[in-house]
Amino acid sequence: MELVLALGIGVLVGSGVWLLLRPRTYQVIIGLSLISYAVNLFIFSMGRLRVDAPPVLGPAGSDLASYGDPVPQALVLTAIVIGFATTALFLVVLLASRGLTDTDHVDGQERQ
Amino acid sequence: MNGGWTVHLMVAPILLPLVVGAALLFVNERRRRLKAAFGAASSVALLLVAAALLRFADLPAEAGEATTGVYLLGNWPAPFGIVLVVDRLSALMLLLTAVLALPAQVFALGRWHRAAPHFHSLFQFLLMGVNGAFLTGDLFNLFVFFEVMLAASYGLVLHGSGRRRVKAGMHYIVINLVASFFLLIGVALIYGVTGTLNMADLALRIPAVAPEDRMLLEAGAAILGIAFLTKAGMWPLNFWLPTAYAAAAAPVAAMFAILTKVGVYILLRLSLLLFGEGAGAFAGFGADWLTVGGMLTVVFGTLGVLAARSLGRLTGYCVLVSSGTVLAAIGLEDPAVAGGALFYLVSSTLALSALFLLVELLERDLEQPEDEPDQVFADVEEDLEDEEDEVGVPVPATLAVLGLAFVGCTLLLAGMPPLSGFLGKFVMLSAALNPNGLGGGGQVSWQGWLLVPLLIISGLATMIAMMRAGIRRLWAPPEPIVPRVLIREAVPVAVLLAVGVVLTVLADPVMRYMADAAAALHAPTSYVETVLGKERLPGPRSAPSP
Repeated sequence: MELVLALGIGVLVGSGVWLLLRPRTYQVIIGLSLISYAVNLFIFSMGRLRVDAPPVLGPAGSDLASYGDPVPQALVLTAIVIGFATTALFLVVLLASRGLTDTDHVDGQERQ
Repeated sequence: MNGGWTVHLMVAPILLPLVVGAALLFVNERRRRLKAAFGAASSVALLLVAAALLRFADLPAEAGEATTGVYLLGNWPAPFGIVLVVDRLSALMLLLTAVLALPAQVFALGRWHRAAPHFHSLFQFLLMGVNGAFLTGDLFNLFVFFEVMLAASYGLVLHGSGRRRVKAGMHYIVINLVASFFLLIGVALIYGVTGTLNMADLALRIPAVAPEDRMLLEAGAAILGIAFLTKAGMWPLNFWLPTAYAAAAAPVAAMFAILTKVGVYILLRLSLLLFGEGAGAFAGFGADWLTVGGMLTVVFGTLGVLAARSLGRLTGYCVLVSSGTVLAAIGLEDPAVAGGALFYLVSSTLALSALFLLVELLERDLEQPEDEPDQVFADVEEDLEDEEDEVGVPVPATLAVLGLAFVGCTLLLAGMPPLSGFLGKFVMLSAALNPNGLGGGGQVSWQGWLLVPLLIISGLATMIAMMRAGIRRLWAPPEPIVPRVLIREAVPVAVLLAVGVVLTVLADPVMRYMADAAAALHAPTSYVETVLGKERLPGPRSAPSP
């Protein structure tokens, strides 16, 4: 499971960085989204990978060691919400730039 | 700050702008005066609250009360819940924010707040994010406030629209989004190694980190540092900054002067709290990077200042010089140097803010037609032009007044006597050359030897560049244009510079305060103990504790 997760994060970040360095705004925003997924998975993995370990405490008296760490899961939720909001905001700017310059180049003009 | 409602004063710098900003969203965009009045009232209240917190933080410790105030959000005790912490440094930064906010808002009344809707709401949200970042004592909460601040700044950097702003704003947004990802990765790594996010708790746990986890922790801290260094504008992470700041509307840029200082503040706080002298094997981690990076930033900023051809970019490069100087001084890890750096930070931020406002006044009649705001989302504001267009009266003395203000900014930024920029730089230089106090001798470190000429040369370069720009614009323009300036636009510049004069006159108590703040930062034990030892408030329904 560790290997699959690590490879998944690696592929997402790699594709994200490559897209981020492309000159079209649409590629940039897709790249940002991919990186944000990878970062969310990474935060999640910092709570250690456990199977069948609920993060919410059950009835009193049970063994704490059988629970997963709830903090990274809460952090991921927050990060997803904030990442989603800022990406949406970037989308608006992308459209404004497209409307003003008639091109989707990140510099607002095609290279000569 | 014992009992009563004053306990909750600490949370006011976050709640007040949030409530005011949210409420203003529901006010019709045509009632601009009402919006402006509420925004200004909020900033005045913030100023008063910040002054009260500053007085509290500066109480002498012998008074039986610790000088670090702690507020438990949701009444959860420290390592588990999120805490707000106010000490001398955060109170100082809160006050600086409030001092910058009011003039920028008054300046916007001239014409900028009419350029696009929701200026005042976004401005309040920006203040909320900045204040939160200064107050919080929790690493992840810091990320949240950072995002609040950035989201508001994305809106504000585009304020007024136009090609140049949208282009610069797009680059600004992408770079800051990527920096936020770095911030998240860093926070996650640190949590993965130590199992806590509370800064005070981290300071206790980091010395006990196992040697095999050391690399992970250092990687986490370094990645975290990249996020804040991007915000602070350290070379080579700063190429976006002069363009974005020069493109932003004047009152926005004036407020953005504090944003780089948020990054500087966090670096100062975390590097000394987590990797200070008590951190065992980790002591001094990253300090040399800060020094060298800060010095390279000063070099880059100085070259940029000399090369800049417009006043806006010149000011942007001055921002880099200012934050590079402070970063380099922090890396020296000497309380006396840090005290001088704090003084320099305050006076240079005030001067930068004033200069951003002043540049807009000087260049407003020279604008290229390209800068006419294009309407992208025209439907929002199509019927907002019903108020009479207020025409500024061309005062004959306008140029003289502006020129005087320009000289004031130059003196503050270049660090020439008699204004406060000189005092800050002098304290830094004197402390770097006298590690054991004045006349105490001692070995001057190589960082000190490098810092001294850099500070002097960057001051000289700023002086040359500003004089050249001033002569070109004020004394020998190709065709003399007297800018039309409203009183309400001139007064904010004067107020900001007047604060610089006040800093000079009251240099002794202010410098004492800065020295105390720096000394407390270098000895974080009492900070950690106060935060972790804070007891919960008795709730109305909770049983009395045994």
